[in-house]
Amino acid sequence: MVRIRSNRRKGIGMLNWTRWAAVSALLSLFALVTPNAQAKKLNVVTATTDMAALAAEVGGDKIDVESIAKGYQDPHFVEAKPSFLLKLRQADLLIVVGLQLEIGWLPPLITQSGNARIQVGANGYLDASQFAEILDIPTGTVTRAMGDVHPLGNPHYWLDPDNGRRIARGIAGKLGELDPPNSAYYQDRFKDFDQRLSAAEQKWDAEMKPYHGRKVVTYHNSFPNFAKHFGLQVIGYVEPRPGIPPTPSHTIELIGLMKRETCKLILVEPYFDLKTPQSIARETGGKVVQYLPSVGGEKQVTTYFQLFDYDIALLTKAFQETQ
Amino acid sequence: MNAKLVSAVVVCFMAAQTFAQQPATPAPAANSDSAMEQRMRELEDRVISLEGQIRMLKAAQAPPAAQPAPTQAAAPSGGEVAPPTQAPAPETQAQAAALTQEPNLGGAGGSAAKALNPDISVIGDFIGALGGNSQQNTVSLQPIPAFQMHESELGLQSIIDPYARGDFFISFGEEGVNLEEGYITFTALPAGFVAKVGKMRSVFGKVNMMHNHVLPWVERPLVTNNLVAGEDGINDAGFSVERILPAPKGIFLEGTAQLFRGDSGDVFHSSERSDVSTVEHLRGYKDITESTNLDLGISYARGHNDQGSAFLTHLYGVDATLRWKPLRRSIYHSFVGRSEFIWSDRQQLPFNQKSFGYYASADYQLARRWFLGGRFDHSDRSRNDALTDKGGSVVLTYWPSEFSQLRGQYRFTRYANNIDANELFVQLIFSLGAHGAHPF
Repeated sequence: MVRIRSNRRKGIGMLNWTRWAAVSALLSLFALVTPNAQAKKLNVVTATTDMAALAAEVGGDKIDVESIAKGYQDPHFVEAKPSFLLKLRQADLLIVVGLQLEIGWLPPLITQSGNARIQVGANGYLDASQFAEILDIPTGTVTRAMGDVHPLGNPHYWLDPDNGRRIARGIAGKLGELDPPNSAYYQDRFKDFDQRLSAAEQKWDAEMKPYHGRKVVTYHNSFPNFAKHFGLQVIGYVEPRPGIPPTPSHTIELIGLMKRETCKLILVEPYFDLKTPQSIARETGGKVVQYLPSVGGEKQVTTYFQLFDYDIALLTKAFQETQ
Repeated sequence: MNAKLVSAVVVCFMAAQTFAQQPATPAPAANSDSAMEQRMRELEDRVISLEGQIRMLKAAQAPPAAQPAPTQAAAPSGGEVAPPTQAPAPETQAQAAALTQEPNLGGAGGSAAKALNPDISVIGDFIGALGGNSQQNTVSLQPIPAFQMHESELGLQSIIDPYARGDFFISFGEEGVNLEEGYITFTALPAGFVAKVGKMRSVFGKVNMMHNHVLPWVERPLVTNNLVAGEDGINDAGFSVERILPAPKGIFLEGTAQLFRGDSGDVFHSSERSDVSTVEHLRGYKDITESTNLDLGISYARGHNDQGSAFLTHLYGVDATLRWKPLRRSIYHSFVGRSEFIWSDRQQLPFNQKSFGYYASADYQLARRWFLGGRFDHSDRSRNDALTDKGGSVVLTYWPSEFSQLRGQYRFTRYANNIDANELFVQLIFSLGAHGAHPF
C-alpha cells in the first residue's frame, strides 16, 4: 500500500535537548568500546575455503586465515549470518572469489561490517579472479532465460593447479603490500609453494594422462577449469541451466546424450541431491561420483594439495571402473 | 581509458606473437623443450594476468549486477610487451580475442556513459484475493481487492564513493508513487560505526525492516497493522547509527539508535519540529550449531501521536527467530520460526491505551522450490485496547527460480466484534535486474 505524503512546514519548536543528550550518551558509549588494537598477525578472511587454503600456503604463521563458507556448502547460497560480521570487522584482508559467486550474500556483510579496510575497492579487498584464467565468459546476449548465469565468466576457476599458482602469487603480493616487513617471507613461501605444486602437478598429470579425452557429466557447471587442465570433456550438466533444478525432459535428453557419447561418469558436488544423478546412472549404466569442488568438502581434505589428491584418486578409480 | 591501454597492450602483444610465428627469425636450436615449455608457461601467465586486469577494469567501469563490481583496478604496469619468441597456446589467443569482445549484458553494456549507472531492479508484486471481509474498511487493515498490482518496487543501488553507498527503493502502487526508502550508508567510519542518513524502514523488530517481497506471507501480521503503522511501518526520514558491541565469544551483539522526524503512518505524528521520534534496537545472535542459530532482539520506539505534541506513543518489542539450515543440503531444506511481541502505550483522551499483540510463525522448506508456512495472529487495537483481533494463516510458496515466487495464503480472521473473515490470497512476485541482497 502506498501513500503519498506531502511535505509540511512546521514552526520552529523548542528542541528537546534531553533527547539529544540521550542520543549522544549512547553514541559515546559505543565509542568507548573500540575494536582491539591491531594484532601482530594479519587477519585474513576469505569467502571460500579454497582461497583460505591458498592464503595459508603463502601466509604461513604470519597470518590468521578463516573462510566464511564451508567446503561442503554451495558457495552461491551462503547465509549472511551476523556471526560472520564478528570475523569481518577484525579483518585486514578479505579475499573473494569474485565473478559474482558471492553476490547473494557477501555485499550486505561487507556493508554491515563497519570495517573500512575491506570495503569494495579498499586496499584490504582482494578479488582473486583477476589473477586466474577464466573460462565460459559469455560473448553473446546475457539474459536470465539462461538461468543463473555469471556474466563475467565461470567463478569455479580454482580447480586448475595453474590457477592455484597464479592466485597464490597474487595473494603473496597483496600480503606483502599490507605487511611490507614480511614481504620477502611471503615471496619465499610462494616460491616454496610453487615448487611443491609443480612437483605435485607432474604427479597428477601422470595419473590423469591415461584418461585424457574421457567424457563426463557434472551436476552444475563447476568443473571447466579442472576438465581443461586434465584434458577431460564435460559433455553435459544435470541442471538444465545453471541454478535451475533438473527437469524430466532435460534428464531424458541427457540420458540420450550420454548413451550416444558413451559417457559413464556423473560428477556431483557434495551439496546437490543425488536422486536425479542416480536415476541417470541407472539408465546409462554409469556411475555417480561425489567429487569435491572445494577444500574442506570432506574432513580429511584440508589443503589445496589434498583437494587434488582426493579428486584425482576418486576420478581415476571411477574411470577404471567404468572402462 | 586504462582498459583501452591494456587492450592495446594485449593486442600488440598478440600481434607480436603471431608475427613471431613467421620463420623470419629462426629460434636457436639450442633451446631444450623444457626451457621452451617454461617460457610458454610464463607467457601464458602474463596473458592471463593481463586478461584479469582488463576484466577488473571493465568490471570497475560497468558494474553488471547487484553487487557493484570490484574496483580493484590494477594499474597496467609498463614494459609488459614481451620479446616475441614463441606463439602462445591457440586457446589463449582465442580467450584474449573473446575478452576484447564486449559481452552484451541485456543491452546494458557498451556505452561509457552508462558505465557508472547504479544497479537497477524492479520487483513486481501482484495479488489476487477471494472471499469476504466486511471489516477491512472499518479497521486499520489494508483492503485487498480482487486483483491488484500491489506494488512495483524500483531499486537503484550503487557505491557512491570510497566512503559510502546509496540505496533507493521507490515503490509504485496503484495510487501513486512513494519513496519507500532512500538513504546513504557510511561504511568507512572510524571505530566500527555504520551510519545511515535518509528515509528508511526503522529497526523496530523484524517485520518492520522487511520489504514486501521478502515477507514469507502475502500481507503483514495483525499486530503490525494494529500497532506498528501497517504495511509502511515505522518508516521515516532521519538518521541511524549502528555498531557491533563487545560480547562474550561467539555472541554477536549489535546496537542501533535512530532519530526520525516523527511521522510514521498512524503511529507517530509530528505537529512541531521538535516532535522527533526515536527507535532503539539491540540484537543478539548466536550460532547454536553450524545449522541452527538463534536471533533475539529488543526494540523501543517513542514518538508523538496524532492527538498533538503533548501526547506520546511508546512501543516496546521483543523478537525471537530460530533458524535451521543444514549446510550440505542448504538449497533443499530449511526452517524459520519467528515471533514478535509488541506492547503499545498510547497517550490519548480520555484514557491512555495500553495494547498488546503478537504473531508466531513457522516456515519449512519442503524441497528446493517449495515452502510451507503458518502464522498465528493476536492483537489489540492501539486506539481501543478493549478490542482484540485474532487470526491465522496457512501459506504455500513455490519458487520457479530465484527470481520469481508464486504464493497462496488462506487467512482466517476473527475481528473484535465477532465478525469472521475467510480469505484466500494469491501472490506473484517477479524480479527484474540486479536487486541487492538483503541483510540476514
